[in-house]
Amino acid sequence: MARQQEPARPPARAPKSRAARRTAAAVTAALVAAAPALSAAPNAAADSDGADTLTIAASQPVDSLSPFLAQRLISTSVHRLAYDYLTNYDPETNEPIPGLAESWKTSEDGLTWTYTIRDGATWSDGEPVTAEDAAWTFTTMMEDAGAATANGNFVANFESVEAVDATTLRIELKQPQATMLALDVPIVPKHVWEDVGDYSSFDNDEFPIVGSGPFVITDHEPNQSITLKANEDYWRDPPKFDRLVFRYMPELDAQVEALRAGEVSFVSGLTPAQADALKGTENITVNTASGKRFQGFTINPGARTRDGEEFGDGHPALQDRVLRRAIMRAIDKDEIVESVYGGYAEAAGGYIPARYDTYHWKPDASQRLDFDPDAANEMLDEAGYERGENGVRVSPDGDPLKLRMHVHNDRPDYVAMGKLLVERLADIGIEVENRTVDPGVLSDALHSGEYDLIFTGWTVNPDPDYVLGIHTCGALPTEPGTMRSDAYFCDKDYDRLYKEQLAAYDDPEGRAAAVEKMQAILYDEAVVNVLTYADTLEAYRSDQIASIQVQPDPGGNIWGQDGHWSWSSAVPAADSRAGASVSPWVLAGAGAVVLVAAGAGVYLVRRRAAGAEDRE
Amino acid sequence: MAASESTRTGRSAAGTLPRRGRPGLHPAVRYLGGRVLTALVSLLAVMVTSFFLFRVLPGDPVSALTQGRSVSVEQLEAMRRDFGLDQPLPQQFADYCLGMLTLDFGMSYQYRVPVADLIAERIGPTLLLAGTGTVIAAILGLVLGTRAGWRRGSLMDRVDTGIALALWSVPSFWLGLLLIVLLASGVGLFPTSGMSSPGVEGTFAVALDVGHHLVLPVATMVAVVYAQYMMIMRSSVLDEMGSDYLTTARAKGLRDSLVLRRHAVPNALLPTVTLIFLNLGRVVSGVILIETVFAWPGLGSLFYSGLRVPDLPIVQALFVVFAGSVILMNLLADLVYPLLDPRVRT
Repeated sequence: MARQQEPARPPARAPKSRAARRTAAAVTAALVAAAPALSAAPNAAADSDGADTLTIAASQPVDSLSPFLAQRLISTSVHRLAYDYLTNYDPETNEPIPGLAESWKTSEDGLTWTYTIRDGATWSDGEPVTAEDAAWTFTTMMEDAGAATANGNFVANFESVEAVDATTLRIELKQPQATMLALDVPIVPKHVWEDVGDYSSFDNDEFPIVGSGPFVITDHEPNQSITLKANEDYWRDPPKFDRLVFRYMPELDAQVEALRAGEVSFVSGLTPAQADALKGTENITVNTASGKRFQGFTINPGARTRDGEEFGDGHPALQDRVLRRAIMRAIDKDEIVESVYGGYAEAAGGYIPARYDTYHWKPDASQRLDFDPDAANEMLDEAGYERGENGVRVSPDGDPLKLRMHVHNDRPDYVAMGKLLVERLADIGIEVENRTVDPGVLSDALHSGEYDLIFTGWTVNPDPDYVLGIHTCGALPTEPGTMRSDAYFCDKDYDRLYKEQLAAYDDPEGRAAAVEKMQAILYDEAVVNVLTYADTLEAYRSDQIASIQVQPDPGGNIWGQDGHWSWSSAVPAADSRAGASVSPWVLAGAGAVVLVAAGAGVYLVRRRAAGAEDRE
Repeated sequence: MAASESTRTGRSAAGTLPRRGRPGLHPAVRYLGGRVLTALVSLLAVMVTSFFLFRVLPGDPVSALTQGRSVSVEQLEAMRRDFGLDQPLPQQFADYCLGMLTLDFGMSYQYRVPVADLIAERIGPTLLLAGTGTVIAAILGLVLGTRAGWRRGSLMDRVDTGIALALWSVPSFWLGLLLIVLLASGVGLFPTSGMSSPGVEGTFAVALDVGHHLVLPVATMVAVVYAQYMMIMRSSVLDEMGSDYLTTARAKGLRDSLVLRRHAVPNALLPTVTLIFLNLGRVVSGVILIETVFAWPGLGSLFYSGLRVPDLPIVQALFVVFAGSVILMNLLADLVYPLLDPRVRT
C-alpha cells in the first residue's frame, strides 16, 4: 500500500497525488470492509456445527498411525486416546489401575500372569473386545519383527500368550518381569488387523480407525493435523469435548501466538520466558508441573565391553572415584535452577525425579555431595592432584586435568548448563574444553567412548525398570558401538539390587527400598550425575477449557501423561461456543471486494502514469 | 519442437553446413544435444554425491530414532536390517543406484512409507507457496525496478530501493514471526499458521481457506526476495538508458511510456529472465524457514525433519530432486534464450 502512495510525494507531480489518494482510499475502504469478516479468526473451541472442539498444538508430526510402529510422543499420545491398554495409571497417584483388564493375578513363581478382560468394552465398529484380541496383539509382536518395532521390548521376555476364553488372558514369562502392570501396548482389534500383510509398512490409515479408547481417530492430514471424535460408547465416562484436534506447529513461538489468538486451546514445552510472559495474559492459565525428565551428565569411567576389553580415549584420571566426587562438589545445582531455568526446576537428588514419590530418593546429610568448592579442592589436594603452573591440576600419574565436555547444541538449557560447568570446574583447577555439538556428533563420541563429560537426560516412566536397567553391567556393549547404556557404568551391588527389585513385583515397598539403594550407589559413584528435574511448563485457554485433569494431582502435567486423562476429562468452558467461525461466503465477498479494489487501483495508476507522461 | 527445428534447419542450412564435418547435425540440434547431455552429466554427479554426502553426517539413524525410548538390542538390530544399514557400503551404494534409476527412493526411516509418496504429498504445498511467492516477487521486482531505473536518482527511486534493500536484509524467520504477532494474533486478520483449517469442506471453501492461510507466508517471502529482481531490472534498464535506439524511438515521436515499454524493457529483461529461471528451479526446495514458522507442510520442512535423524532415504532423494529441478530449469533457460535473444541463435 505504502508503495502506491509514494509517488504522490514529489511536489513537482501534483496531479498524480489525487489519483493516488483515490487508489489508496479505495483499497483502504476494501480492507476496512473486509476486516470484520476476516478478523473473526477461527476459534479453537468453536465449530460451524456447534461441536465443542479442543485444539492442541503439537511440536512433532505423527510418524505412524500404526500402534506397532509409532514411536514419537505425539503418536503414542494419540494411541492412548484411541486404544485401551490392559492397565492404565491413576491420574492422581500414577499407580497402575485397571484398563481393559479389570483384574489380574500372579502365580507363586511370578512367571504366569492371568488377566480378566472386562465385559462391557466394545470396538468402535460394535464388535466386543475379547481376550483373543489381546492375545493376538502380543503374539503378533512376538512372532513378527515388523510388529515389534515400537513395543517389542515389552514382549521380549514372554514365553507364550494365550486366550483361555473370551475374558481370560494368560501370559507365561521366561523370567519374572516388573512391568506386567505397565505394559504400554495398545491392544488392536484382531478382526481388522489379521489380514494385514506387512506390519512394518502398514500405516493404519483407514478412517475412522477402529479402536476402543475414549476417542476415535477420524482424520489425519499428514504434517498438518489429526482429528479425533469422542467415543460415546466408551465404558468409562465418555469425554466432554466432542472433538479433539492436534495441530502440528513446529515453531514454539508461533504456537504461543496461536494460543494468544485463540486458535489453539493448549500449548506445552514452554520456555521459562514464555511462561512468564503468558502468566499475566487474560484468559490464559499457565500450568507448572514437576517434570518427568531429569537433566544431567555422565563421566567416562573408562569405556569397556562386557568382556572387559577397554576402548575409547576417556581421561584416565576419571577412573578415580575421588575426582568424580570432587567434580560433583564443585557444581552448584541451585545456581543452575535459578540461572538456567529461571526457578522452574528442582535441584536433583537421586536418579528418579521427585514427582514419583514412591521411588524418588534424597541423599541424607552424611552422604550428600553439597556444593562446596573448598571441600572439593581439599579432596583433590589430599588425593595428590597438584596444581600446575597455570592453575590446572595434574593427576598423580602426571596427566593434566583437561577434560572435554560434549553438550547437545539443540538444547538451550544444556548449553547454558555447560557454560556454568566450565566456570565452576575452573574453580577447582579443572580445565574444561566445551564442545557444544550436534547430537549426532555427541552420540558418535559416546558410542566410541571418546569423551570425558557428556550431557544426558531421560524421561522416566511411572515404572522405572528401563532407566534403571540401562546402568547394569548387561547394558555394556558386546563390541564397541552396541551399547544400550549411556554411561559405561557397571557395579556388582547395583546389578544384585536390580535383580532384587525385578523379583519384588508383588512387594511394592520392598521394590522401592531396592530402587532407592540403587540410586544411592549411582550417587556415590558419581558416574551418572543428575543435576536438575526441570518443570514442565504448559498453558491453556481458560475461556475454552473450564477444567482439566493433571497427573499426578496436584502439581502434575497435562501433555504426555501416562493415560488419557487430560483430554478425556477436559470440560469445555461455558462460552467456548462463542465467536462464530467465518462463513466461506463472507470470506468470498471480502475477497471479491479486495480484488475489485485492487483492479480499480491498477487501472487508476496506469491511467495516471500515461497521462503524466504525456504532459512531460 | 520437431516442426520448428525443421523450419529453422531449412532457413539457415546453407550458411552453416560447411562449418563442421558432421553432415546432418544442425547447429541447433547440436546446441540442444550439448545442453541436454551437460544436464544429464550434472544430474548423475548429483546422484553420486548425494549418497556419499549424507553418509558423512554424524550420528546413527537407529540410535537417533530410538533415543530416550526403551528398546531391546533385538529391536535395534531389526531396524538396522530393515534400513539396509547392516550391508557393506558398496552393496548399499549399488542398491541406491538401482533404486534411483527406477525412481524408487526407498522407505523413510521415521515415517515408514515410501519416500516418493512423501515427496508427492509435500510438493503441492511447496509449489503453491514458493511458486506464488516467486511469481509475485518477480512481477513486483520487475515493475518497481523498471520504474526505479527509468527515473533513477528521483525520490521515488531512492525510497523504493531503500525499502527493498532493507527488507532484503531482514531474516525471513523474524519477519514471519513479526507478521504473525502483528496481523494474526494481534489484529486477527489471518490465521497464525498451517495451510488449512481442519473440518473445512467443499472445493470453494477449501480454496478460500488455503488462500487465507497463504497470505502471510507469501507476503513474508515476497518482502524478503523481491529486491533481487528489482535491483537487477533497475540496473539493466540503466544499461539501456543511453542507447541510440532509444533516442531514435524518441525522435520518431513515441511517448515516453511507449519507449520504455516497447524498446527499453524487452532488452533489459534478459538478465532478469535468467534469474527467474534459476529461482524457479529453486522453488521446489521451498523456503525452509518460512515453512517452519508458518507450519507449512512442504518439502522444505520435510528436508529439515530428514536431516535431524538423519533419515537417509529422504535427504538423498530430496537432494536429487532439488538439484534436479535447478538443472532442469537451467536447461529450459538455455533453450528459451535463443527465442528471446536473436544474438544467441547464431
